[in-house]
Amino acid sequence: MEYFLQQTFSGMANGAIYACVALAVVMIYQAIDHFNFAQGEMAMFSTFIAWQLMQWGMPFWLVFPVCIVISFAGGVVIERVVFGPIHNAPVLSHVIVFIALFSIFNSLAGFIWEFTIKPFPSPFPETDVLGTTLISMHELGMIGIVLVMLVMIYLFFRFTPIGLAMRAAAANPESARLVGISVKWMLSLGWGLAAAIGAVAGMLIAPMVYLEPNMMLGILLYGFAGAVVGGLTSPGGAVVGGFLVGVAENLAGAYVIGSELKLTFALVLIVGVLLLRPAGLFGRVVVNRV
Amino acid sequence: MTKLRQFAIATSVAATFVAGTAMAGNAPGVSDTEIMIGNTTAYSGPASVYGTIAKSISGCWDWVNDTGGINGRKIKWLSLDDGYSPPKTKEQIRKLVEREKVAFTFQTLGTPTNSAVHKYMNKKKVPHLFVATGATKWGQPKKFPWTMGWQPNYQTVGAIFGNYILQNYPQGKVAVMYQNDDYGKDYVIGMKRAMGDMYAKQVVKEETYEVTDPTIDSQIVSLKNSGADVFVNISIPKFAAQAIKKMYAIGWKPAHLLNDVAASISSTYKPAGLEKAKGIISVDFYKDPNDPEWKDDPETNAWRAWMDKYYPGGDKDNKMNAYGYAVCHTMMAVLKQAGNDLSRENIMKQAASLHEVNIPMLLPGMFADTSPTDFYPLEQMQMTRFDGKRSVRFGPLISAETE
Amino acid sequence: MVADVNTRSAGRRAIPENPANNLAIAGIRLPVWNKILIAAMMLVAVVMPFMVEDFTVFQMTYALVFAMAILGLNLLTGFNGQFSLGHSAFFGIGAYTTAMMMAHWDVAFYWTVIPAGVVCLIAGFLFGLPALRLEGLYLALATFALATATPQILKYHAWEDLTGGVQGLDLDKPESPFPDSLSDDQYLYFVVLLVAIILFICAWNLVRGRTGRAMIAIRDNPIAAQTMGVNNAVYKSLTFGVSALYTGIAGSMSAIIIQFVAPDSFTFLLAVTFLVGLVVGGVASIPGAIFGGFFVLLIPNISEAVADMTGRTDAKGLSWAVYGVFLIITVYVMPAGAAGLLRVLVGKLARRG
Repeated sequence: MEYFLQQTFSGMANGAIYACVALAVVMIYQAIDHFNFAQGEMAMFSTFIAWQLMQWGMPFWLVFPVCIVISFAGGVVIERVVFGPIHNAPVLSHVIVFIALFSIFNSLAGFIWEFTIKPFPSPFPETDVLGTTLISMHELGMIGIVLVMLVMIYLFFRFTPIGLAMRAAAANPESARLVGISVKWMLSLGWGLAAAIGAVAGMLIAPMVYLEPNMMLGILLYGFAGAVVGGLTSPGGAVVGGFLVGVAENLAGAYVIGSELKLTFALVLIVGVLLLRPAGLFGRVVVNRV
Repeated sequence: MTKLRQFAIATSVAATFVAGTAMAGNAPGVSDTEIMIGNTTAYSGPASVYGTIAKSISGCWDWVNDTGGINGRKIKWLSLDDGYSPPKTKEQIRKLVEREKVAFTFQTLGTPTNSAVHKYMNKKKVPHLFVATGATKWGQPKKFPWTMGWQPNYQTVGAIFGNYILQNYPQGKVAVMYQNDDYGKDYVIGMKRAMGDMYAKQVVKEETYEVTDPTIDSQIVSLKNSGADVFVNISIPKFAAQAIKKMYAIGWKPAHLLNDVAASISSTYKPAGLEKAKGIISVDFYKDPNDPEWKDDPETNAWRAWMDKYYPGGDKDNKMNAYGYAVCHTMMAVLKQAGNDLSRENIMKQAASLHEVNIPMLLPGMFADTSPTDFYPLEQMQMTRFDGKRSVRFGPLISAETE
Repeated sequence: MVADVNTRSAGRRAIPENPANNLAIAGIRLPVWNKILIAAMMLVAVVMPFMVEDFTVFQMTYALVFAMAILGLNLLTGFNGQFSLGHSAFFGIGAYTTAMMMAHWDVAFYWTVIPAGVVCLIAGFLFGLPALRLEGLYLALATFALATATPQILKYHAWEDLTGGVQGLDLDKPESPFPDSLSDDQYLYFVVLLVAIILFICAWNLVRGRTGRAMIAIRDNPIAAQTMGVNNAVYKSLTFGVSALYTGIAGSMSAIIIQFVAPDSFTFLLAVTFLVGLVVGGVASIPGAIFGGFFVLLIPNISEAVADMTGRTDAKGLSWAVYGVFLIITVYVMPAGAAGLLRVLVGKLARRG
């Protein structure tokens, strides 16, 4: 029994990582109706910025919010500067620019900070939780922060005028413009928020996996899987999806298929969920009327 | 033109031709003033952490050139990125050999990448020297006379671990975790070879991981559950650090055997927590600059001074930069021995004639040694145990010398 | 209304006359320009290998291989609107099929190409079936997962003996049958060129015919297409299969010219490379695939050279940042790919002829 519990909690810890990334993925999807492949690299870059600030002496409790603000600004600037000229280009061209951003961030990070792993401090103490070794304070804290972010996002979209404006701009840009919403700025805002969430994700993930330029490579697939399983239109679903993927992957690896096929398992999971319930477990089913 | 002038011209042409033929033995890329050496390594992609080796070698050549070169010739170092992708390696190596016409290649990185050009280099008869991988297949002088490895091969390390277990834990239950690629699997082959039938009897659980896995926590939990009291960990610094941390968190304290590549004070033990890494057993063949034992060691200080001047961007705590320095000195020894006959045949011949050559930054008592039937320059290792501050060497120098 | 159209010839004239055919540049009509261009390209393609060194021939062959793979992706994504990020998997399956046949059963390389293609056709079709239910982004994800899982599947120990496991498979380089006049690299180049020409002609005919129109209709408006009697399911799965066939044959050729296959050669990054080539060449443009193939082969090399110009060893890794910048510039300058740029240029130069 203890083994099962340990694998499950270990899976929840991984799941928290995936849930973080899934949240950022869903956020950007809500804003631009597409995936940003560079999401992971931007998060990694933000985490490096945080690390550098700490190297220069800034205390951790200050670095956290400062990094979030920098990332938010960075996201907005990238959207304005890089995507501004090609707003009307076909969607696939946007995908190429995502790929370009991925290359640039990854390469720059390696150039500036080298590839050896760097420890990243956790905001949470290293004590045992309730005397059990099942889960660490950091992992618990991470889950907590993810939930807090989720609630904040929900409140933002549901109850604030800007949140409503963003949803409108993404759902129907033409009508949104007609009622005076600046779709351009809503897009930038979406990017900024996604970058900020990514920064939080990166800073929470780094203590667990160690900071290095390629840290997000493997996580991205699982984060996407979590977002898909949960439903791309539902932030809450994405978070649940992330946890599900983490736990399922661990349990499958422990009991069923062994660790040699874990990636394959993720593939099967994604395809399976998509086939049975294309909108994800909690997503809204979109019905096209012709 | 007078007959005399015609005769003079003809004679001088003939003389030049004869003189030219006498020097024609030199390899392409070799002139009176320069030797061109080719290299591919991973400057990008998942293996880019090893790119620093090639960078340190580049610094080494800068130093060599500043101090007059080797036998009056300067080294031109052409290093290209292959992103650890075998097709790209093939393309870059072909470019180096056929277009840039390098004399030979040196320290090309990676097992699958070198595998892609293994047959090609031997068919083209280009020295494929001191490849940066410990796979055992690089030491086959009969089949592949132009390829040679350098570091003690992975199977040797695996065998050392296997023997250690047989001697110290004959009844022990063993758990093994390894990276799911040729690097990881080669160590396991060595272990199996040393332990024979005992491998199946003693190893109760095997786990693997991919380089792209975010964490290996699940594998550690699974291995603890097997009840093993010996843990053989074949990984790289990132995952070794994670393993140490997780083992501590879940209270699993087996005898921990960690492979040499992952057992680095600065890259693995420090991030994980020096206290948590206490007791880890490994093997080594060169000095970890981070180890307090070498704090005042003259050889290491010389290396540090060299790093300051010729590779200032490099990390003086990173033992891979010591590796680069050591392997570069091995190459220097070969070129020095070759003297003025820098044909590819002779370069290869000299590489296969290193007689107990002293190489800086190797552990005391170790040397490089090759012969026409022994294409493994370094075959000695020593076991170490980490005491929270240093990796204390114990036991004899273990040698896997082939004749 | 009196229809003075002869019903028989109306059927034959089902493809409407392309109004662009009436335009002319410098007095020569566009269709004639097309033929001149193709003839010129063929001439260059046949003569080039004898004018450059073997390594360049090898690079050109490799570019052609990429062009074929991109053409395969184009059929699926460009013409049929199914977004795939997993074509590295089919490339790998084709490569491994050829490699296994050559390494284990000593089959001559030219006999392995068709089986490789057939295996991929089946694999693509089988993947296309469940993919029917997935649209746009979701399909992208499923194919992304396929691409990421492929190296792991190839490495799996259960079939290690066949695939060579993590070590991969080493092949012998095919030798030229006329060693005096044709080097090995030149021979392989012509073989690949021949295969490429066949594939491109087939794709051209496919796209211009009824099947092509059905594919394009499904891309542009699947519901209307279904209403018009197009069996979406059949066409979509078949397109997946054919697309995989093309990319699989390209993979098979790559195994032959590199003489080595390993799981690490077929990662997700390769699928991204195909996508880049597709967009840069021009979505839904068959000749664009050729430009795309050369682009993805040469630009990384150029980026590395640019990074090297700084003279600093630690700038080495920066070559991929340079690559990213090149990509962005390319998208700015030609948002619709090289084919789109060409169309714009032609549009500017052409007059009614």
